[in-house]
Amino acid sequence: MRGWRLAVQLGCVAITLFMAVPLYLIALAALSSRRSLNEFPLTLLPTDVSGETMSTFLRSTGIAGGLINSITVGLSTVALALLIGLPAGYALARWTFRGKDAYQLALLLTRALPIVVLSVPLARIFLSTGLYDTTYAVILLHTALALPTTVLITSAIFLGVPREQEEAAMIFGASPLAAFLRVVAPQALPGIAASAVFTFVLSWNEVLGASILTLNRRTLPAQVFTTLADSPLAFRFAGGLALVLPALLFIAAVRRYLLNMWGTTLR
Amino acid sequence: MTRRGPGVPGAVWLILPSLIFMAVLFLWPLAVGVTQAFSGPDGPTTAYLRRMLDDPYFWQATRNTALLIVVLLPVQFALALTMALLLRQRPRLAGLHFSIWVVPLAISDLAAGLVWLSIFTDRGYLNSALAHVGAGSYSWLSFEHPVTMFLAVVIAELWRATSLVFVILMAGLQGIPRDYEEAAAVFGAGYWQRLRHVLLPQLRPSLQVALILRTILALEAFAVAQALTGRNLPLLVGETYQWYYTLQNPNVATAIALVVLALSSVAAIGYLRLIRPGPGVTG
Amino acid sequence: MTHRNPDGPRISRRALLTLGAGAAAVPVLGACGGVSTSGAGGGSGSITLMSNQFSPVEEKQHFEQILKTKVTAEKVAFNQVDTGIFASTLQSQVDAGKVQISVVGALHGDLAPHAARLIDLDDVLGSLGDRGFSPELTDLAKLGGSTKYVPWMQASYVLAVNKKALQWLPSGVDVRQLTYDQLLEWMTAARQGNGNKAVFGIPAGVKGLYHRFFQGFLLPSFTGGQITTFRSPEAVTAWQYMKQLWAQTATASTTYDNMQEPLQRGEVLVGFDHVARLVGAPADKPDDWLMVPAPSGPKGLGYMVVLAGLGIPRGAPEIDKAKDAIKTLTTADVQVEVLRQNAFFPVTNAAVPADLPAAIALANGAITAQRAAGNAILSLPPVGLGTRDGEVAQLFKNCFKEICLDGKPVKQVLEAQAGQLNAILDELKVPCWQPDPAGNPCRAA
Repeated sequence: MRGWRLAVQLGCVAITLFMAVPLYLIALAALSSRRSLNEFPLTLLPTDVSGETMSTFLRSTGIAGGLINSITVGLSTVALALLIGLPAGYALARWTFRGKDAYQLALLLTRALPIVVLSVPLARIFLSTGLYDTTYAVILLHTALALPTTVLITSAIFLGVPREQEEAAMIFGASPLAAFLRVVAPQALPGIAASAVFTFVLSWNEVLGASILTLNRRTLPAQVFTTLADSPLAFRFAGGLALVLPALLFIAAVRRYLLNMWGTTLR
Repeated sequence: MTRRGPGVPGAVWLILPSLIFMAVLFLWPLAVGVTQAFSGPDGPTTAYLRRMLDDPYFWQATRNTALLIVVLLPVQFALALTMALLLRQRPRLAGLHFSIWVVPLAISDLAAGLVWLSIFTDRGYLNSALAHVGAGSYSWLSFEHPVTMFLAVVIAELWRATSLVFVILMAGLQGIPRDYEEAAAVFGAGYWQRLRHVLLPQLRPSLQVALILRTILALEAFAVAQALTGRNLPLLVGETYQWYYTLQNPNVATAIALVVLALSSVAAIGYLRLIRPGPGVTG
Repeated sequence: MTHRNPDGPRISRRALLTLGAGAAAVPVLGACGGVSTSGAGGGSGSITLMSNQFSPVEEKQHFEQILKTKVTAEKVAFNQVDTGIFASTLQSQVDAGKVQISVVGALHGDLAPHAARLIDLDDVLGSLGDRGFSPELTDLAKLGGSTKYVPWMQASYVLAVNKKALQWLPSGVDVRQLTYDQLLEWMTAARQGNGNKAVFGIPAGVKGLYHRFFQGFLLPSFTGGQITTFRSPEAVTAWQYMKQLWAQTATASTTYDNMQEPLQRGEVLVGFDHVARLVGAPADKPDDWLMVPAPSGPKGLGYMVVLAGLGIPRGAPEIDKAKDAIKTLTTADVQVEVLRQNAFFPVTNAAVPADLPAAIALANGAITAQRAAGNAILSLPPVGLGTRDGEVAQLFKNCFKEICLDGKPVKQVLEAQAGQLNAILDELKVPCWQPDPAGNPCRAA
């Protein structure tokens, strides 16, 4: 038994190292001076810490505005996607109906087509409805991109919640909605949290759609995308780190819901 | 047992918002966008399809995409499952481990490509580490070393995208009560037997979702490969972007996008049929 | 009694409340449709200049500063985008008739496909007679008939040399007047001297501009032409030379999108690239660097000029302000400032000052020498190809890939690619452009 526990610990540590070392390297590179990044061999320890590339990047035009727009779009997308997607996920889990497979397939395939080929028609729609260059347009597009994951993940989770519990609640007088909210939803929380995380991260990192639908009210990735891609390496690291941090904060906030283990909560 | 018959109208009301939403947003662009592949200046034509098929990059891209998926997906799922099961044992510092394992989820594929480029490039961190210990450096990403080039892409994708599968499987595992496992253990079932016969069947819905999503996303992944190898490892969606932007030919680009769509459909239909969430799993 | 695990997961009331408050607050934030990111306050009389130039973060900041301090008559918001997004946005806005951009700034090759979406600027160009635009540039700007854009800035490609590489320079060779054969000799000696590690690099990455090297430098120097001589015996010689040169080039070049970084890192010591993508290398220690004109071949010193221009989309708002901004951007003051900060050269007769930053001064020296060389052959980027420009560029890249990387026989590859080139050109039926003789229609002989 001791050997087993040890193996488990080692396994965890090994995987954590695999995941964490590249993160450490981004942070290291983002906070090094430009000069030190040109040397070889590169130092693996933070010996030449400098915030110059980060501060240059953060002083670019539109960073603050882009940040606010991205947060607005991200949170709104999560709300809208859950609003539309949760009922659909529930329906898929509880009912069998003709066209169920077709519906799932159609939903998935909207995600499977690279939206680059839809750039011009999509922009056209929003231009003609006057929603072009607003966060609303981006929210709508991102919700559409996030719906497949939301519907599918929540349906898989709802499948895991025994129907008997709902029916028992209803026998005792609860309405179907109350039964859902008080019996099913809490148990499906990990799934709901998971799809919320995916939706936020998807929206946060999505750059192509946001670039074609906005001009002067861009989200953060759309604003810095080309600048980042063509700048010297040091700035790319700084930008990469800056872009990651807010998404990490969101995940940290939702983390405890992802891990509502039966009987215990991991902190 | 799932409800049938008179319950149908209820289901339809619940999925209606999503249907309306997607239709309003995507139907017209899809119609306009997709026909680009077949309509030339003088009406319907297969010229663009033929153009696509004649391009040597296209066949390389198809081969590379297929290879990537076949190699990457099983490894990813094995890793994600291992990670989920490890945490299920509730080791010490499980919270810390979980937090770190979830972080790559937040990282965009551009940033992921950048990180791994800085590791594998000729004067990157890997060769620096090797130089520090006195071993020589190696051109991991050179087109002259196709094997290490491919492996580098696999490792980078593994790092970036396993968290997605992991989180879905974790969420699925949460809902599986320990009673069944404990009952099986009482009757003498070993760990692997419990895994195969008790745990995995109950994990089927999550596995199905994870497989479908991951395959579709894997078919679309190209930013990491492009960051690491340029056009030395062409991939289908990379070629779509290339034709759309650099070569300014939206028609051929759409043709390639339709190939991606077709492959995704085949995969999704396959998974939906083959991995049915079994009866008796839930009410 | 519903069986509920007492320790089971719950959504606490507080969490539900914060969730609700957050969900309610978000639409309020979004109520204004988003915060402006354009830096000029969006509306109230400011105009938007959309461009795919100046993407590196420092170049972008410099240009925004120039716009703020030098273009004072109106507020110009600089909207920097990727080339693909540039094309997409211009196309969708003009075709839908809801244009929000007042000025577009891009390279000739990026504006050419959209000639029909730009307004005529003959009047603006006419009023700028005192700027001294060279006639080649203004001719280029006539995308099929009338002037569609005003020349904005230009650049060319040169060779950057780290002085460390000079130790292997064959004796008697003037590094500022190289021939291609001398370059090959030099790089061979350098490679052997450097422990069999090549010191030469070209930008052969996905976004690299190596096709310009073939179109504008190598082929004109060997064959005197770009298109008509595509598969001539001299072209075969040129590509055989390239194959030999590639053997002495760092193979990591296929990952280089620009040469600044490999040169700065010391991965290579000699690199060929667009001037703006080279100036970063000598920035720290200019005394360690040289910038020299491209080598010359049997037919002369082929070199290519890159021209960027400013146009106004059809249906743009605030056209008068846009024209005014364009005129201001061509004044000597602004042109010199752009050179000083971003290494793009004036298109006007503005006098280049003597007190340039060291790296820019190096570049200026090389470009002037290149232009003034006795055997200089001016090569232009393709004219009149519209949306097929990218495909033609790809053909040159294919030649490189198949001849140098895949090792296929030169004649065979040139024949195959010439076939595709002619297929495109026969569809377009355009006249040839420099350095090819002005024949109509253009095709590979």
